[in-house]
Amino acid sequence: MKIIHYNAEKCVECGACMEACSAAYFKENSPELSRIRILNNTGFVSANVCSQCGACMAVCPTQALERDANGVVQVRKDKCTSCLMCVGYCPAASMFFNGDKQTEPFKCIACGICARKCPTGALELINVPAKA
Amino acid sequence: MSKTPMKLLAEWTYEPAKIHRGYSRETLYVGLGNKDGNYKFEKRPVSDDMIEKFTGGRGFGLRLLWNAVTEKTKWNDPENEIVIAGGPFCGITQYPGAGKCYSVFLSPATKQTYNSNAGGYFAPFLKFSGFDAMELQGKADRPVVIFIDGDNYKVQIFESNLPDINAYAVSEDLHEYFAKDEADKRTISVVSTGIGARTSYWAGMNFSFYDVRRKVVRLKQAGRGGGGTVLYDKGVVAIVVKRTHFTGLENDPADIKTIQRCGTSLHKRIHDLDDKQCLMRSAGTAHLTEIMDAYKLLPVHNYKFGCHKDIENISSRSYIKLFTQGMADGCWYGCSLACAKGVDHFRLATGPWKGREVTVDGPEYETAAGLGSNLGIFDPLWTIEANFYADHYGLDTISLGTGMAFVCECYELGLINKENTHGLDLNFGNKDDIMELLHRIAHGTDEFAIACGHGVEEARVYFSEHYGADLATMKKIGMVCQGLEASEYRCQESIAQWGGYFLTLKGPQHDEAWLIFMDMVNKQLPTYADKAEALFFFPNFRLWFSLQGLCKLPWNDIEPADNGVRYKGLEAARVPEHLQNYLDIFEAITGKHLTREGMIEQSEKVYNFERIFNLRMGRGTAKYHDAPDRGLGPVWEDEWLARPDYFDGKLKEFGENIEGLSVKEKIALLQKHRRKQWEELKLAVYKRRGWNKNGIPTLATVKRLGIDYPDVVELLKKNLKPEDEFVD
Repeated sequence: MKIIHYNAEKCVECGACMEACSAAYFKENSPELSRIRILNNTGFVSANVCSQCGACMAVCPTQALERDANGVVQVRKDKCTSCLMCVGYCPAASMFFNGDKQTEPFKCIACGICARKCPTGALELINVPAKA
Repeated sequence: MSKTPMKLLAEWTYEPAKIHRGYSRETLYVGLGNKDGNYKFEKRPVSDDMIEKFTGGRGFGLRLLWNAVTEKTKWNDPENEIVIAGGPFCGITQYPGAGKCYSVFLSPATKQTYNSNAGGYFAPFLKFSGFDAMELQGKADRPVVIFIDGDNYKVQIFESNLPDINAYAVSEDLHEYFAKDEADKRTISVVSTGIGARTSYWAGMNFSFYDVRRKVVRLKQAGRGGGGTVLYDKGVVAIVVKRTHFTGLENDPADIKTIQRCGTSLHKRIHDLDDKQCLMRSAGTAHLTEIMDAYKLLPVHNYKFGCHKDIENISSRSYIKLFTQGMADGCWYGCSLACAKGVDHFRLATGPWKGREVTVDGPEYETAAGLGSNLGIFDPLWTIEANFYADHYGLDTISLGTGMAFVCECYELGLINKENTHGLDLNFGNKDDIMELLHRIAHGTDEFAIACGHGVEEARVYFSEHYGADLATMKKIGMVCQGLEASEYRCQESIAQWGGYFLTLKGPQHDEAWLIFMDMVNKQLPTYADKAEALFFFPNFRLWFSLQGLCKLPWNDIEPADNGVRYKGLEAARVPEHLQNYLDIFEAITGKHLTREGMIEQSEKVYNFERIFNLRMGRGTAKYHDAPDRGLGPVWEDEWLARPDYFDGKLKEFGENIEGLSVKEKIALLQKHRRKQWEELKLAVYKRRGWNKNGIPTLATVKRLGIDYPDVVELLKKNLKPEDEFVD
């Protein structure tokens, strides 16, 4: 299963990952539209990015959240009714939404764009054992 | 069912209205003729006045029904209508509980207007098909299926070829019939009733949705008031709506971001707190049984007692084990409260589907109590079986439970006997014979079963006239008012809840006010003025949900963790943060600002209009607000002796010297005092609501609310008497 792995000690909070992510999916440079969020509210830097745990899949009323062949949880827009229950039920608050851009939620799909742009190697696209 | 084509009898195509700010501003009229095959279809415009005064949902239903009938119309006249409407919130997916619809009709049970609500996908799909409401009038000349095709914008009427008219059979068949494939089944919703509608006044309407995980049709009930009986009388086997494509913006709201903000915060709160609060996601409303038992509010043996030693059998713990856990059990998209619990792989032990494995919807609390403790049955498997068949037959589990409990007490009192019941031994707790009675009521097997299925008010007259049963005794113990059986809470010890049940628009249903804890437990309503204020505010506040297409549960069956710390008393009971969500979302949908006061005024317009409508139908006055003795206190000695010290104490509070009095004398004395309190409550409530002493809205009230239409004023002038006016 592919996930984005974050190493806080290497992170310099440059924001390149968020810029690359939002530009790739929304054609804008905006942390609010990024599927990975680098946070520092307490002096300790952290990343909010989906771990592909799949908790969201259990609450989706239309089964619009599915694991793909890489074990990555994907939002199938054709099935999604934009109810955003997955947002409220994500244990890590890693499912995002922005009504100005689209009604459906969005999340990290482990594409690796952010990792490739990270200048310090703080982000890596890695394989981990699949979850049931 | 095979896909043997049904014969097309009539078809109509339409240009769909575009939904804007929560309204399509058009309604669908389907006329079935008068058993002459003269079908008629129309689109009707929704006026600004209709939106301003009636808002949507139940309000639209009442306005359209008013226009369709006269004061002489009976429930089974062709001009009676079933109006089904959502409301401006209906169909949004981002906030829990926004898929409700409200059905309005003249009721066979109450002989006045009734409104009954259900979840399921029908109302949202109806709206997405272009209609804020649907009017169904007339009588078909043969059994028909009405199909609203929201994909291709046409309405068709087919001659039904369905072999079984019971709800699960009809719903499964029609999801299959109209879906292209398995994935398409979720784009359909079916309204149906069941065989019970042929002879019983307790038949409700089942509204379906397709459960994509279980791969079965689920049913939600607009159970109360006999809407299914009306549907059957019209010759309608089912109404089907299909709508495949819709988006999160289908309602065309003014401000989607506010709706998303409110919705996600509530989803998160439910995720974090439901396990600590109401257990709705694991137990549904059945979490209430042990709470009601603990406060002696659980109806046991026709409301005689409030608790029972076998409560654990029907506790939330028992039901959680029986309900399949971890399912997305919302009855419309976005309802994370997910209270629509289901029992899967349940093998039926009786009836026409004996031996078949089914998914049972529920039981909810009302069913667990009505088809459980109130009948002296503490066996959840029996209740689940009864729940399944009640739904399948189209019978309302609440009226059925309360009605059969009344019959059991009549049997135990010797008012009716085994000869009358055609061999059934109807002692409380006699599971086999009570189940058999359920099947017989549904099928109208004999005159006793048919009388039972007409409801307590008619059954007791029948028992009196045909079996010599004492009518006065039956009037004391039958928990019924305005032709409607009470729902499943014992209200005896809460004066405010007497009003919550018996000073209502349509009878003792708990959707107007549930004040027992505020009044009886927390002592927040010490004076009649306080009680009257609560009986003004909560009925209006709760009615507001019915105007919008909303379910009430996400309002206060989940609360912010700090609600009880930040707010006190009545204000805490309002759950201010959630109330504010509704105000914010109303504005976000419609673009119109709404205040708390404006919210209540929206409701008051419809509350008073409905009251006046019932006056128009020959009811709606004080004499129909009548509470049975069982609703106010103990009737028999064994009830008193279940809590002798408590009731002795209650008599002493009235300053009575009870030395030497027999239990029977004490009961008479307590009833006398409580009857006086009831009358005082009634007047206080009428006054607060802007009504006269006869329970009729005054001219000043309708003028203030802007519902002083000429026909309303004329009706009031005929009925308002100077001697009934309050003098300040």
